[in-house]
Amino acid sequence: MIELFGYLLSGVTVGFIYTLVGLGFTVIYNSSGIINFSQGEFVMAGGMSTVFLIYAGLPLGVSFVLAIMITSMIGILLYKLISFSRDSSQISLIILTLGFAIFLRGLAQIIFDKQLHTMPSFVGEGAFEIFETTISYQAVLIIIVASTIVVSLYLFFQKTKTGQAMVAASNNVDAAKLMGINIKKILMLNFAISAVIASIGGILLTPITSTNYEVGIMLGLKGFCAAIIGGLGTPFGAVAGGLVLGILESLVAGYVSSEYKDAVAFVVLLAILFFMPGGIFGNLKSQRV
Amino acid sequence: MVKNFTLRALALMFISSFIILSASTIKIGAIVAATGPASFLGDPELKTLQHYVKKINDAGGVNGQMIELIHYDTGASPKKAVTFTKRLINQDKVVAIIGPSTSGETMAILKFVKKAKIPLISMAGAVAIIDPVKPYVFKIVATDRMACEKVMADLKKRNLTNLALISGSGGFGKSMRKQCKAVAPKFGIKIVADETYGKKDSDMTSQLLKIKNNKDVQVVLNPGFGQGPAIVTKNYAQLKIKHPLYQSHGVASKKYIEIAGKSSEGVRVVAPPVVVADKLDDSVANKKVALAYKNEYEKTFNSQVSSFGGHAYDSLYIIVNAIKRAGSTNPMKIRDEIEKTQGFEGVDGVVNLSPTDHLGLDTKTGMIMLEIRNGDWTIVK
Repeated sequence: MIELFGYLLSGVTVGFIYTLVGLGFTVIYNSSGIINFSQGEFVMAGGMSTVFLIYAGLPLGVSFVLAIMITSMIGILLYKLISFSRDSSQISLIILTLGFAIFLRGLAQIIFDKQLHTMPSFVGEGAFEIFETTISYQAVLIIIVASTIVVSLYLFFQKTKTGQAMVAASNNVDAAKLMGINIKKILMLNFAISAVIASIGGILLTPITSTNYEVGIMLGLKGFCAAIIGGLGTPFGAVAGGLVLGILESLVAGYVSSEYKDAVAFVVLLAILFFMPGGIFGNLKSQRV
Repeated sequence: MVKNFTLRALALMFISSFIILSASTIKIGAIVAATGPASFLGDPELKTLQHYVKKINDAGGVNGQMIELIHYDTGASPKKAVTFTKRLINQDKVVAIIGPSTSGETMAILKFVKKAKIPLISMAGAVAIIDPVKPYVFKIVATDRMACEKVMADLKKRNLTNLALISGSGGFGKSMRKQCKAVAPKFGIKIVADETYGKKDSDMTSQLLKIKNNKDVQVVLNPGFGQGPAIVTKNYAQLKIKHPLYQSHGVASKKYIEIAGKSSEGVRVVAPPVVVADKLDDSVANKKVALAYKNEYEKTFNSQVSSFGGHAYDSLYIIVNAIKRAGSTNPMKIRDEIEKTQGFEGVDGVVNLSPTDHLGLDTKTGMIMLEIRNGDWTIVK
């Protein structure tokens, strides 16, 4: 029983990490219908710039703010690239985000380096002990921050005018334009928000996993899985997807074999895509032919 | 006609420039994974090669000729390694090749160097590269088997017989896991748990909990490199597992201590001697070379020395010495002289090559056992 609890707790920790990354996918998909495959690289950019700003001697808080600003600039840059090729099909735009990811990875190798970097945990290195297992302070912080972001995103999309405009833009661009919504601004804001969430994720993750130029690849992939499993388009979907993925991985590693851990994650992804193509929370938008 | 003439003139110019060039320089090829997943190997290797080739040339070159280093970056892809090997042999006409950085790439190019009869010194780890002996292929890097043997010997000394493995699923972790499982019985050690993790995983608590709850386990070994072992170390400390923890030579750099922080206290790491060159006993034959290399690398590139750059240093100097002794740049003669290398004091250790041994690294000095105390290495006697 205690064993099971340990596995669950570890799964929840990992699950919220996936959630943090998955949220970024949700936000951009929500407004533009594009899957942004450089989301993982946004996470990397957030973590790496923070580390190097700290190396440069800036205080922790200033580094965080600057890193978040840098990453949101990168997000806006990606939007600018996409808006240049606005007439292209969605699939080309998705490929564009893939290319941008590779570009960011290369850039990080040149600007920073290829080494692993870490920073001290800003809530202390310790861990809470629950029964016979533990959860580090940093992991608890991640859970709290991720939950806060999810709730505020939900409120933002449901209750504010800007948020509703974003949803409207994703449902029908032309209609939204006719309603006087400034699509360009809305989309740019969306990419910026998504980059901000990613950079917060990068900053929170670095003390746990440490960071280097290619840390975004796997994170992006798992975050993408989380978003798909939960259902693209709703912040709660990212949470559900992240938790399902994290807990399943942890249980498989614990009870079956750690060899099959990643395989199971992808099998679940396939199963969800087959049987619930909209994800756990998603409702497939019906399309008129 | 005019066109024909210009073409001929161009061809003549090209050929003559080629002759002048090849008369004045000795071309040595290098195939390294300077970027991509094995860049932690290739990056220091390439830096070392470039730095020391320049140093040799500044001091007047070899036998009055300058060395020209022609290097290609494979990104750890065996396919690219093959392409670049062909280019080095057919277009660049090099007299010897250093690299590739990884075992998979090395195995892929073996038949091409054999056909071209060009000597190759690989910087990869796998035993299969030089066992069985191939006439043109050498390597001076300690194998992961040596690292396993070192760990097992240490376990035996401490009377720990029940070992749990938690290995990274990357090439390095996989290969070392296999080697350790193969040598364990020879030392009377039983593998009682065998866990793995993805090399980009962010939490290994589940695997470690399983090990913690396994009553048979006495000691844990973690083959892997990169951030994985650091996370294992942190989780290990969080779960308060009491068994001794061993790490592989994949993390034998100060970076590991920095990232794992206080959790790394008391962890034992099997490592090549260069990491602690300054702490080595003066009786160690290659201390001077290793220390000089460590200091020069750290001063020039402003980053921690790793053993990997040392492989490049050793390979380069073994070839250069062979060219000096041969007094010729004929690949065949260079090969013969490489094979006669005796008592070469390199960064990795003392190398004695022979027609039956193309590794030639002394197993006793190739790997040492370290323990982390107060955030620094101490040598375990």
